[in-house]
Amino acid sequence: MARITIDPMTRIEGHLRIDVEIEGGKVKDAWTTGTLFRGFELILQGRDPRDAWHITQRICGVCPTSHGHASSMSMDDAFKIKPPDNGRIIRNIIEGAQFMHSHILWFYHLNALDYVDVVSALKAQPKEASLKKVQAKLKSFVESGQLGPFANAYWGHPAYKLPPDVNLLAVAHYLEALEMQAKAASVSALFGGRMPMTMTSPPGGVTHVPSVDDLKNYLFRVKELQAWIDSVFIGDLLAIAPYYLGAAGIGKGYANFLSWGVFEDASFDPKKRLLPRGAIFASDFPKVHDAKPEDVTEDTTHGWYKDGKPLNPAMGVTEPDYTGYDSNKKYTWAKAPRLQGKPMEVGALARMVVAYASGQPTAKKLIDDTLAKIGHSGHPEVLFGIIGRIAARTLECKMVADSMYQWGLDVIENIKKGNAAVYTEYKIPDKAQGIGLWEAPRGALGHWIDVDNKRIKNYQCVVPTTWNVCPRDNNNVRGPIEEALIGTAVANAEKPLEVMRVVHSFDPCLACTVHVIHPESNRIMDFKVS
Amino acid sequence: MGKKDEVSKQFLDALEFRGIKRRDFLKYCGATAALIGLSELYGPKIAAALEKAAKRQPVIWLNFASDSGCTESFIKATYPSPAEVILDILSVDYNETIQAAAGKQAEEILAASRKAGGYILIVEGGVPTKKGHGMIGNKEMLDVLKEMAGPAIAVIAIGSCATDGGVPAAKPNPSQIIGTGEALQRVGISKPLVNMDLCPVNPQYLVGVVVNFLLLGKIPDLDSQGRPKMFYGQTIHDNCERRAHFDAGRFVEKFGSQEEALGYCLYKMGCKGPMTYSACPKIQYNDRTSWCIKAGGPCIGCAERGWTDKFAGFYEPLPGVKIPGLGGVEAGADKLGAIAAVATAAGIAVHAVATAASGRTKGKDGGKK
Repeated sequence: MARITIDPMTRIEGHLRIDVEIEGGKVKDAWTTGTLFRGFELILQGRDPRDAWHITQRICGVCPTSHGHASSMSMDDAFKIKPPDNGRIIRNIIEGAQFMHSHILWFYHLNALDYVDVVSALKAQPKEASLKKVQAKLKSFVESGQLGPFANAYWGHPAYKLPPDVNLLAVAHYLEALEMQAKAASVSALFGGRMPMTMTSPPGGVTHVPSVDDLKNYLFRVKELQAWIDSVFIGDLLAIAPYYLGAAGIGKGYANFLSWGVFEDASFDPKKRLLPRGAIFASDFPKVHDAKPEDVTEDTTHGWYKDGKPLNPAMGVTEPDYTGYDSNKKYTWAKAPRLQGKPMEVGALARMVVAYASGQPTAKKLIDDTLAKIGHSGHPEVLFGIIGRIAARTLECKMVADSMYQWGLDVIENIKKGNAAVYTEYKIPDKAQGIGLWEAPRGALGHWIDVDNKRIKNYQCVVPTTWNVCPRDNNNVRGPIEEALIGTAVANAEKPLEVMRVVHSFDPCLACTVHVIHPESNRIMDFKVS
Repeated sequence: MGKKDEVSKQFLDALEFRGIKRRDFLKYCGATAALIGLSELYGPKIAAALEKAAKRQPVIWLNFASDSGCTESFIKATYPSPAEVILDILSVDYNETIQAAAGKQAEEILAASRKAGGYILIVEGGVPTKKGHGMIGNKEMLDVLKEMAGPAIAVIAIGSCATDGGVPAAKPNPSQIIGTGEALQRVGISKPLVNMDLCPVNPQYLVGVVVNFLLLGKIPDLDSQGRPKMFYGQTIHDNCERRAHFDAGRFVEKFGSQEEALGYCLYKMGCKGPMTYSACPKIQYNDRTSWCIKAGGPCIGCAERGWTDKFAGFYEPLPGVKIPGLGGVEAGADKLGAIAAVATAAGIAVHAVATAASGRTKGKDGGKK
């Protein structure tokens, strides 16, 4: 039996180590390790609650807006306020632009190099002038001997299946997508001031009254992104997928899915969000269960924390305690969250499956059309795996882009009706508790706040990648990525490309993952459900 | 401007490939010259210097206790775009967020770079000093920094986390995170160091410093905190587009109000612009789409050392700023920083005021164009 350690795992956010044991050319066991600890919840204690939405954005530079929104929503809940309609829609817009930027970046710059052989593109025989130019550029780049970020990779690995012409097309779009992800982020900046780290979504709504110039600018930027996503992004998915359909069953994992839901509806009902709230368990798929925050527990058996019982995030007894790497005992800074005691996959696939099973019409049509194209009509479960995760992110990106245009029109319509308010005033109560349950591009995100004497007494986050990248729990049940790795065939243990594919398919973000609950707040807090 | 035959064909091809005409490129170089405090007449010289470089400057980009927000910010750069920086100007040999290689193959790159030396080391994130709180390739991050800083020709610490630990080093600093300068001192390495405070770094600042280095072969003039004077020489208040309203005493008192829509001053909403040194209003973000104050978000002072604690209570008005700012005291970045630090420690109001005076500070970059 051979053990492979990948450390650092790259093309993800943050610091991740992967260990796998290979037997008979397949992964027999796996361990995921978060290797950085920062402890944001401790930093938040004692501060002005209104600072939290800025500070928690710094949990993740890839999805800061989602943290900011979950934080402000926890305070909207605690302070018993709701943003006015245009405040609600503009938050959706800032969030939606981040979803587009994040999914484009993940597809082309974090994930694609597991499927696209950059060096093979040199052998392409392009007819189009633009592709010829890209190839010439690539040639001189390779001949310079300075390969920069493309150096020392797994080029030529037998798991790369694309013909040279498709590889070249993908390389050309890799470069184009660098500009498009920046354009998508500029849409967040239009209403948020800058991206990363937007500035305009405090509790109560948004700070800025959009001008006609902002809205005009917005609609045209979104139109450009929409056109690019429809033609290039979806086009690339369809161009690449046929060569990798054989990989569809890889990386399935538990097929338990959790979505808190994202993109607020006018009713503020989380089941009516564009991507609705719900949980799905493999045991009775496609039944959609209510997803309730009180069903969440976190376990520290295999994390570098003092041992304790699995607890709800609203309760807390956890103390950091680094004891060195030992995959039989403690091996990560991540804790193990569970819903009703079960490990849950979160992310675009989870959201799209929950939306599909809930009958959300746009998601249903997109997925049904995709299944028809690959000859699996009526069998969404074929999407449970690495290829399905790629498809889900691409389709979700389209769904968000299409909605964003309408949201811009909705803002204008509200202004026309004299309903231009974007912000609700409030006073910070002496004591208050609230929960903000939302989604980052990479999955279910929850913020819990406890205010006492107008200050933060306790603050908790349960973030997307913690669900996916968590270790085993007290029953020795693996985390979702660990489980998804089991059975993956690895052609060359020196170049574990197939392992990277499974890990990348979850779009891990480690900065989000690692957090701590205050060691002294050993008490049950009675959080109500938002 | 050099003759066309002096220009490397490969470089022109590269530009054309990126869809950039030479005229646009010169325009970019002009803008860069202005950024780094040179006359725009130097533009063509910058173009020539970048074009002639036989070998792209190698860069090793290390990520420590950060959220990768500065990498994210960097890839939002425009003119030059990240593709141009990566493919045409620099050789970004190591950056865990974007590089293809992982694990063993990634470590091989670091080993080869250490041997070759001659790279610029970019540091993102602070360095945890509590054992086991930050590891890469089973090594403490402090040891990785030590290994990689030795052979570097210069170190650029980007973002608040890299300069002094940033948000995760705010009280109580659970992982005992320190900034790059302090970490280098601890491991006994002395290198030219540029500190680029901001959370996240403005990508145009980073590109400006790199181009300055490639052109002049040295790091730009720095203030006493190691920050490039060209970007940190004036307060946000000095150049704020809402400044005229401050001077006239017109303030926003409620978010989303008519006054906000009219662009009134955000001082009463907690804006830290009067005590924050950064060129944000001039350079802005995301291809100059916007910036915090333009979008109605009061400045939280994230360009200042220790901002998370120093400015805690982001929505509380800054104490002691004279309204509407006639006859305030002028102070340089260093003096004001010191005043702010003392004020925070004592928990009292600052009575001396930044540059709220009628005559605005003229920075070392020659002030307004």
